[in-house]
Amino acid sequence: MSEVSNKSSPAPRLLVSPAWFFLGIFFVLPLVIMLVISFGMRGTYGGLKPIVDWWGYLSSGDFLANYRQSLDALYLPIYWRSIWMAVATTVLCLLISYPIAYYIAIVAPTRWKNLLLALVVVPFWTSFLIRTYAWMLILRTEGLANTLLMQAGLIQQPLDLLYNEFAVMIGLVYGELPFMILPLYASLEKLDLTLLEASGDLGANHASTFWRVTVPLTMPGIVAGIVLVFIPSIGQFVVSDLLGGAKSMLVGNLIQNQFSIARNKPFGSAIAFELTAVVLVLLLAYAWWSKKKGQEAML
Amino acid sequence: MSESAPDIETTPQFVGKRAVAPRGAAPFRWERKAMGFHSLLVYIFLYAPIVILVAFSFNEAKQTARWEGFTLQWYGRLMENKLILKSMMNSLLVAGTATVVCTLIGTLAALALGRYEFKGKGPTQALLFLPIIIPEIVLGVAMVTFFGVIQMRLSVWTVIISHIVFSVSYVAIVVRARLAGFDRSLEEAAMDLGAGPVQTFFRVTLPLILPGVIAGALLVFTISIDDYVITSFVAGAGATTLPLQIYSMIKVGVTPEVNAISTLLLLFTIVMIIVAQRLQQPPTEKGERK
Repeated sequence: MSEVSNKSSPAPRLLVSPAWFFLGIFFVLPLVIMLVISFGMRGTYGGLKPIVDWWGYLSSGDFLANYRQSLDALYLPIYWRSIWMAVATTVLCLLISYPIAYYIAIVAPTRWKNLLLALVVVPFWTSFLIRTYAWMLILRTEGLANTLLMQAGLIQQPLDLLYNEFAVMIGLVYGELPFMILPLYASLEKLDLTLLEASGDLGANHASTFWRVTVPLTMPGIVAGIVLVFIPSIGQFVVSDLLGGAKSMLVGNLIQNQFSIARNKPFGSAIAFELTAVVLVLLLAYAWWSKKKGQEAML
Repeated sequence: MSESAPDIETTPQFVGKRAVAPRGAAPFRWERKAMGFHSLLVYIFLYAPIVILVAFSFNEAKQTARWEGFTLQWYGRLMENKLILKSMMNSLLVAGTATVVCTLIGTLAALALGRYEFKGKGPTQALLFLPIIIPEIVLGVAMVTFFGVIQMRLSVWTVIISHIVFSVSYVAIVVRARLAGFDRSLEEAAMDLGAGPVQTFFRVTLPLILPGVIAGALLVFTISIDDYVITSFVAGAGATTLPLQIYSMIKVGVTPEVNAISTLLLLFTIVMIIVAQRLQQPPTEKGERK
């Protein structure tokens, strides 16, 4: 690295000041304001209700009303669905991605590797919205899947493939898959293959070589992939809004509703902060884990 | 399976040439076959929806999924659709402005982070990391709340500001990566030869990091032009961007025009990625650009 150790130089501070200025006003401040509002109460016209008696407001615990409301039994199914769908998405992505990452990193001929990897990266950058929409074309009642199945004579009536949890699940896995393949590839690529051989020479069969050598050595990629897939999945609202029905609402949709239909910004802010807290705890756990393992975090 | 010397086994360029993975990596032929077949299925899963979308954009049929003949009429319809054209203009304005601002701010921050040790470096890194990891919906909600509190009317400007917030980090990261292999002696040589700091920057430093800067700019442009979630919160009347327009059309139902505009947007993004990837490749020994 070419860092200069002159700590008193004003140059670096001048260089980062525009970023601090901009993100300070338009990123940190909005988050702080949102946190404050999450402790407020909704006014009659969707704004904030002015607080007359500050002491009473704080001592009675009213400022926690939104957080208390967020634990109402009414919303628990939504959180539960968000969690199990994010977990299922993560597990499915991991199961689908490991063999393909292994194939690209180790098995595939070298001259194909770059192409195979590029083919994973392209969907990673193309519009999430459009890729989700593509599934509407396939799954809707007059869509491709139903048309093909009916032409093949397998079904008489079109199936309800769209607007349910099944469709949301497909959309989530489809959208997040590259986020799992790429970190897995990165750690499999670095895998020292002589270790696998050594394990075999020492009498391990290849299943136990896989579980006791390959998997532990590629754990950084596995954990990074889990974090990278789980976080966007749990905050998702486009996929569930487009492919899901009323019964597949996720926490993202709940937050969005508070700002569009329900017009309860303090409540929406409180749930948004709970979601942020979950994400931050996961990331801190991840940072702690990488540090404990003495590895540089992959994220 | 051949038995070869260990160094050949592990040197990457040899692994592939034999078209057989080293012993221990995938010992059985059926395993390699199965993994190859699985990978093929995954690629089909990744690309089939995109291919189907593109194909439908040329399909004569308006409502059904049957192929009724090739047509370009949906692309023609786009050109007549004032809403889509307007949203395209908005998207270009937003992405263009955000790109210029992000490139400036992000490059400066990258220069500081990549080349100096200074007090507050850790917090600065955290500050630049947060907009990427915070859930998009939270950022959208925070931005719209903020604009409400400071009583800034939602317009195309609130969209531009929000896009800068979530994109600036990408420039900082890409440019900083480029700085990792930076040879400082070149700058020192320029200074020794009598160039001032400003002259050194514009004639030595900037040309060297320029591919990273351009790659970062292209990424910002791509991310900005694709964003739906945050934009949906902060766009005022008349500030509808292309993804917002597409979304509102999708919500009503599938139309061939959406397939056509989506195809164009996909094509555009893919071209941008290829250019950005090319630029991100590390400098060659010869110094690849004038």
